[in-house]
Amino acid sequence: MSVMTLVQAINNALDIKLAEDKNVVIYGEDVGFEGGVFRVTDGLQSKYGVERVFDSPLAESGIVGTGVGMAVAGLRPVVELQFDGFTYPAFNQFISHVSRMHNRTRGKYKVPMVIRFPYGGGINALEHHSESPEALFAHIPGLKVVIPSTPYDAKGLMISAIESDDPVIFMEPKRIYRAIKQEVADEKYTIPIGKAKVIAEGTDVTVVAFGAMIRECQKALVMAKESGISVELIDLRTIYPIDKKTITKSIEKTGRIIIVAEAPSAFSVGAEIIAIANEEAFLHLEAPPKRVMGFDTIVPLAKGEHFFMQTPEKIFYEIERTFKF
Amino acid sequence: MILDDFDPKEDKIFRIIDNEGLIVNSELMPDIDDDTAVKAYKSMLFARTADDMAVSYQRQGRMYTYPPNSGQEAISIAAGMIMRENDWLVPAFREMGAWLAKGVTLKEIFLYYMGNEEGNNFKIANHTLPFCVPIGTQLLHAAGIGYSINYLKKDDVVFAFVGDGGTSEGDFSEALNFAAVWKAPVIFTVQNNQYAISLPVRNQTKSINIAIKSYAYGLPGIKVDGNDIFAMYEAYKQAHEFAKTGNGPVLIEAFTYRKGAHTTSDDPTKYRSKEEEMKWDKADPLKRMKKFITNKGIWNENEEQLIEKYKNDIEQQFTDAENFTPYQLDDVFDYMYVDMPDDLKIQKVEYEKFLKWKEAKK
Repeated sequence: MSVMTLVQAINNALDIKLAEDKNVVIYGEDVGFEGGVFRVTDGLQSKYGVERVFDSPLAESGIVGTGVGMAVAGLRPVVELQFDGFTYPAFNQFISHVSRMHNRTRGKYKVPMVIRFPYGGGINALEHHSESPEALFAHIPGLKVVIPSTPYDAKGLMISAIESDDPVIFMEPKRIYRAIKQEVADEKYTIPIGKAKVIAEGTDVTVVAFGAMIRECQKALVMAKESGISVELIDLRTIYPIDKKTITKSIEKTGRIIIVAEAPSAFSVGAEIIAIANEEAFLHLEAPPKRVMGFDTIVPLAKGEHFFMQTPEKIFYEIERTFKF
Repeated sequence: MILDDFDPKEDKIFRIIDNEGLIVNSELMPDIDDDTAVKAYKSMLFARTADDMAVSYQRQGRMYTYPPNSGQEAISIAAGMIMRENDWLVPAFREMGAWLAKGVTLKEIFLYYMGNEEGNNFKIANHTLPFCVPIGTQLLHAAGIGYSINYLKKDDVVFAFVGDGGTSEGDFSEALNFAAVWKAPVIFTVQNNQYAISLPVRNQTKSINIAIKSYAYGLPGIKVDGNDIFAMYEAYKQAHEFAKTGNGPVLIEAFTYRKGAHTTSDDPTKYRSKEEEMKWDKADPLKRMKKFITNKGIWNENEEQLIEKYKNDIEQQFTDAENFTPYQLDDVFDYMYVDMPDDLKIQKVEYEKFLKWKEAKK
């Protein structure tokens, strides 16, 4: 066992897969020599060489598109896009190729690649560096979308993502890259893609969240407990395929559900979960499902970001309102 | 015409003064009077001082992530000397000299890097697009502005900027191609400062230089010593005339060096050597120009006093930015749409309810 941050846990997962599978290659902007702007790939180039861990030219469509080529030719590329707001130049590749090569060729070609990038706000970043575009990716048929919230999960999910024969979008909550330290097994283990995790059991209100919002929810849970509200907290861990069973089971128990996320609420993961609540557990609902999410606006720059981000207090406020409905 | 004489295929570089401030190409020395030369140096000194202070404000936690300009001042200050009020500035994020020339205030620049969108709402500067953080995307806007200029039969010229890393983005190729096809009056400047964060330009492109990329799109290109303000001035002057008179776009590679970090979040000691930094320090645009005006006997100012004066002015503008009206909830919503959807109004009202609840709990 070692105590690791999220950054170290992902680095460890990449290290394990590079050692184990010679077809794994890692590239992106500044990931080789420098080890990434957040140091997620630190030390991997010196350990595995420039043919396997390398810097690419500055072009996101280039990074993702060449990854498709490598994947159909037998490699397992793990590419980094530097920030959430810099993923967009590659969207044509995501939508037109990464996601549909397998279907178009009736299974002749697979795209076993991982596209990883830091996402989310709360760090007073520059423009285009605080976004949560998970819904954009989850809406593309053919992609799997994973978001860990702890070092332990990050390692197991990353290994599963690299081993997946389907393309996986791996979104890393940059706000908690170094904020959480946890005991993580040194050896290889996997966590299945598509399985949520019940972090705290409760009977009154179900809270579904993921990424950096888990920590905020845990703080809100303390406030709820003081007010005598028993909250069940679910860490989604995978956005798509979404774990309907765990969500539905919880609603059957609590009758109330709120979704906490950073992204704008319209047409979001929150909207999807409410659809699931209605379709799968309608008769169990005792209060309207609620999205506790960003406004339908651009993430404000640092001075205004506090209005946009979900805080423990705001989450508790919504838990209480839903409970008292 | 220098655009014909400095063929990027031969990897020629256009230069007027050397590191000692001595004229190496007197034939092409621009016709700049002594006052203008001194003023150009002062502008560089002001920009350098402002930039150093910005980095220090960031270190003090009074401003967020900031991309330093240090070492690249000659480029955008030369552009600013040529740019007319009706010309357009389409920046990336390392063109302080051109912003100031356009009338963007330091207060606005500071406000932006303090994390307030209001800093992009330039009160005086017209025909100036906001800072562009995504890489290379702004070049297409420049081509589009160029089309409008032709369509509206104006004689404006667009000054568009990007870094060496940005030349790898698809948008760079598309912008040069569109501008050339449309004969758009755009001067594309690539500030080749040798690094895209950690990636040296030799690993960014296998072209022998960046100016040569102009060949692929059918527009003239020239590689210029970006630390030589006279060369940059003359290149801009000729490119401006070329673009303004209906000949289409020009690509200028300004060969320079980023003396500081990519941004204040970056540590360049990880990827470049002291020796290299020292070598480039000898070519520093301010040092070269200072030598030139000193050699010529036209520099009579007390530089320390001048810097003190600049610092007071900069500090005042910083304080003004710090004292700017605090960010309101309305500021999140008011500019999202020209015609705000009802749903957004409701979201604002709902949030105000939460704020009241929070206040009542205290």
